[in-house]
Amino acid sequence: MSPNTRIILICSGKGGVGKTTLTANLGIALAKQGVRTAVLDADFGLRNLDLLLGLENRIIYTAQEVLEESCRLEQALVKHKQEGNLALLPAGNPRMLDWLKPEDMQRIVSMLAEQFDYVLIDCPAGVEDGFKNAASATNEAIVITTPEISAVRDADRVIGLLNTNGIKPIQLVLNRVRPKMIASQEMLSVDDVTDILALPLLGLVLEDEQVIVSTNRGEPLTLRGSRSPAARCYGNIARRLQGEEIPLIDPSKEGKGLRDKFRRLMATKIF
Amino acid sequence: MTLRDILNKLIGRQQTSATTAKERLQLVLAHDRSDLSPELLDQMRSEILKVVAKYVEIDMEEGAVSLETEDRMTALVANLPIKRTIKSSLKA
Ligand SMILES: Nc1ncnc2c1ncn2[C@@H]1O[C@H](COP(=O)(O)OP(=O)(O)OP(=O)(O)O)[C@@H](O)[C@H]1O
Ligand SMILES: [Mg+2]
Repeated sequence: MSPNTRIILICSGKGGVGKTTLTANLGIALAKQGVRTAVLDADFGLRNLDLLLGLENRIIYTAQEVLEESCRLEQALVKHKQEGNLALLPAGNPRMLDWLKPEDMQRIVSMLAEQFDYVLIDCPAGVEDGFKNAASATNEAIVITTPEISAVRDADRVIGLLNTNGIKPIQLVLNRVRPKMIASQEMLSVDDVTDILALPLLGLVLEDEQVIVSTNRGEPLTLRGSRSPAARCYGNIARRLQGEEIPLIDPSKEGKGLRDKFRRLMATKIF
Repeated sequence: MTLRDILNKLIGRQQTSATTAKERLQLVLAHDRSDLSPELLDQMRSEILKVVAKYVEIDMEEGAVSLETEDRMTALVANLPIKRTIKSSLKA
């Protein structure tokens, strides 16, 4: 395994909090920076990464054929048209879940690590075998959650399991942040969540309708240099991963009216 | 507690839902992380109280044994007000 390759598991515990969207956007953003990036769809039961990247019609072989040695890795990799530095290794048939072992996952990932600078693994929801297989093949992880109690609780479970497996570093991404709701204290704040989970914050992603629009098109927001709120957030996260120091977007600065100022005053911590 | 929470208290309104969420999470995570259910904790509490009661007279009503969690470290915190020491049983 190339020692310089960063293998990063993107996981959450709870389903539907934004793992696949983050994987797709980070993959594109990293590729744009000129690093060779592979995204691996480890959600064999309900694969979606191909759709978010707009690559669903170009899949011929999958991770399954690579493992069965009925094709070479190069044949299964789907290269992104506009971003040649990005390749997808698609998930195989859901029946793979019946026989896939941690060693299989490790084999696939070490093959990818020979050719790429980054391997991003899109993890399935839950803490069962799918998660455990994927976690066995990684050395670092990004845990993504939303500011909702059920998502934070599940993230905590996952962090516990990652800790037990010696995965390091583990960084946090807080998704679907709504500055107005935080200001009126009807949503857990960024500090609340980082306090509770005790993880370094890699970044936050604002709630943004453009995420849906970009999903419809199969073009991640980071592909065309969009300046929409979530696009800026994903771009920042990619640059922080690369070691750049980028200040966090301050959700409380997103609203500038008098009413927003009042909300901020009312959110001042007294004790 | 925030300025809004204090104001809400003054006018008799509920605290903000974010504050409630944080409190609920801290409690549930203390249990999740230690893998102790409220029933097990209750059982442990009464056994601890029994042991302690052999040495000192404690206020059974006031005694509190709870889980607190900070920075992913969970601690078992016992707060047992002592009424007086039972000297004779110290050597037992
Ligand atoms: N920042 C955001 N703003 C608005 N919508 C978002 C944002 N992030 C994710 N979504 C939406 O949330 C939904 C779930 O996202 P996604 O598929 O990435 O989650 P997931 O964690 O991969 O789900 P699963 O556990 O099913 O694999 C999608 O409809 C997506 O468009
Ligand atoms: Mg997904």
